[in-house]
Amino acid sequence: MAAKSTLRNMVLCLTAVCLLCGAVLGLVYAATYDAIEAASLKALQASIGEVLPEGGEISEAMSCGDEGQTYEYYVSSREGETLAYAVKSTVSGFGGPLTLMVGVLPDGTVYNTSVLSHSETPGLGAKCATDAAFVEQWKNFPASKVLKVKKDGGDVDAITASTITSRAYTLAVANAVAVVKYLEGGSDGVDAASGASY
Amino acid sequence: MEYFLIIISAIFVNNILLAQFLGICPFLGVSNKLSTATGMSGAVCFVITLATVVTYLVNRYLLVPFGLEFLQTIAFILVIASLVQIVEIVLKKISPSLYQALGIFLPLITTNCAVLGVAITVVTKEFTFGGTAHMMNLGEATVYAFATSLGYGLAMVLFAGLREHLASNDVPKMFRGLPIALITVSIMAMAFLGFSGMV
Amino acid sequence: MGKKMSLILDGFVKNNPTFVLVLGMCPTLATTTSAMNGLSMGLATLFVLVLSNMAISAIAPMVPDKVHIPVYIVVIATFVTVLQLLMQAFVPSVYATLGLFIPLIVVNCIVLGRAEAFANKNTVGASALDGIGVGLGFTVSLTVIGLVREILGSGSLFGWKIFPGDGVLAFVMAPGAFLVLGYLMALFNKYLKK
Repeated sequence: MAAKSTLRNMVLCLTAVCLLCGAVLGLVYAATYDAIEAASLKALQASIGEVLPEGGEISEAMSCGDEGQTYEYYVSSREGETLAYAVKSTVSGFGGPLTLMVGVLPDGTVYNTSVLSHSETPGLGAKCATDAAFVEQWKNFPASKVLKVKKDGGDVDAITASTITSRAYTLAVANAVAVVKYLEGGSDGVDAASGASY
Repeated sequence: MEYFLIIISAIFVNNILLAQFLGICPFLGVSNKLSTATGMSGAVCFVITLATVVTYLVNRYLLVPFGLEFLQTIAFILVIASLVQIVEIVLKKISPSLYQALGIFLPLITTNCAVLGVAITVVTKEFTFGGTAHMMNLGEATVYAFATSLGYGLAMVLFAGLREHLASNDVPKMFRGLPIALITVSIMAMAFLGFSGMV
Repeated sequence: MGKKMSLILDGFVKNNPTFVLVLGMCPTLATTTSAMNGLSMGLATLFVLVLSNMAISAIAPMVPDKVHIPVYIVVIATFVTVLQLLMQAFVPSVYATLGLFIPLIVVNCIVLGRAEAFANKNTVGASALDGIGVGLGFTVSLTVIGLVREILGSGSLFGWKIFPGDGVLAFVMAPGAFLVLGYLMALFNKYLKK
């Protein structure tokens, strides 16, 4: 039933199929390009908007950083004055990378945080994204409080039985605050807790 | 140090079979005998490592510079299919006995989710070994692929050993064959969960 | 009409890809953490299965035997990529949840298996129906497994909480996947296999 397996037939068939498939893919890619761009832009704006105070105009993505670790951040400003920064901060969590979007005011106060992605244990570390008490404490976390879990002498309430995830989360927030401090001109380099173990 | 973490993570913490669920079909199908399990693991190890290196390079130098990332799936599977074909031809020439021993399993490696899975993971996921989050470079990718396939082999061999025991036991009729095997794997997976948090 | 229906119904019991043919195990175990995820994965696979069955059935007479595997793979990979692009554009959250397993539909033994076993020997229409039948069988199996794991593991049903607190977390993690599949397969063997 199939065509004969001569070399000519095989090459012809493979080439024809590849060309046809390539054409189909090219078409679909071109047709969906705008929709995909729009969808990812919307997701990004949603995650940034959640951690920043209202009313500001959000900048394009910018980055800063030093050896090995670069940080992506956005500036929200109104009439030329910086309202807040949104910093994307990634650390090593319990089950894998933990990525947060942290909204920080220029004076070092944490406005809000949101989890972009995590691989923490469901029911334990994963609560860092859902547990009301843990999430609420990050809203307007003052610069005067120490960014460490209470167990380590700081002011952050950890999630029960998920110390490592809580420590990682706190580290991510601390890194973001350090970035903002650097951007505001308060320190020489983005150091703080980068790379330090918990 | 970083490489050591990658190896431990790939073999134990994120075992490709027991935690990531890749490569299950041959795992269930080939593991009734210890000898076939070992042979299959060896072949898979070779293909995964080689395929990851080649697909990484194809992605870095062919797909990304021209903005063709959407062709990743097609390009990678074609690379893998060709590689397996080449391995078959080479093996037939240099070691006909091994070729015979592997039999049907060699071409089946093309459809093994683990190979394509590892190839895609390496170029899309950010890793945080050594503190900073970054995409893997070629060296890390190779070590990761090799360690992952070692983890695959470990799980296969352990399971084959268990299955040989299961075969000679008195299992209720409705559980015979795959169901009891799957329940056994679930206990293995539970055991491996104990490794989480190590890295 | 009877023949067409039986083609579809076969995919549910006689040729059930999960419990009888034991194909496509990887996505079955990985994406059934909830009923919704299982359903989405099943429907995604159904999409590729039907289209690739139809395409391969159409071109099969023209494909030389020696190159038929790579040709089928290219066709399937094309449809998977089309699915990827469409999902990224219109349902990005589902795409993010299913993650790696969407491109892995290419190596899902069900798709290539049906192409080899059925599509290249039958008409386009029959192949489409076969694809629908097996695809629906797969979707139902995945949804059922997802349901069990979600109810036992998270205490919810399609996202609606039915009892407060967490369930037995092991069910939404790796061991639970194997356990639920094993038990369901045993039950299927006992009650549904003739």
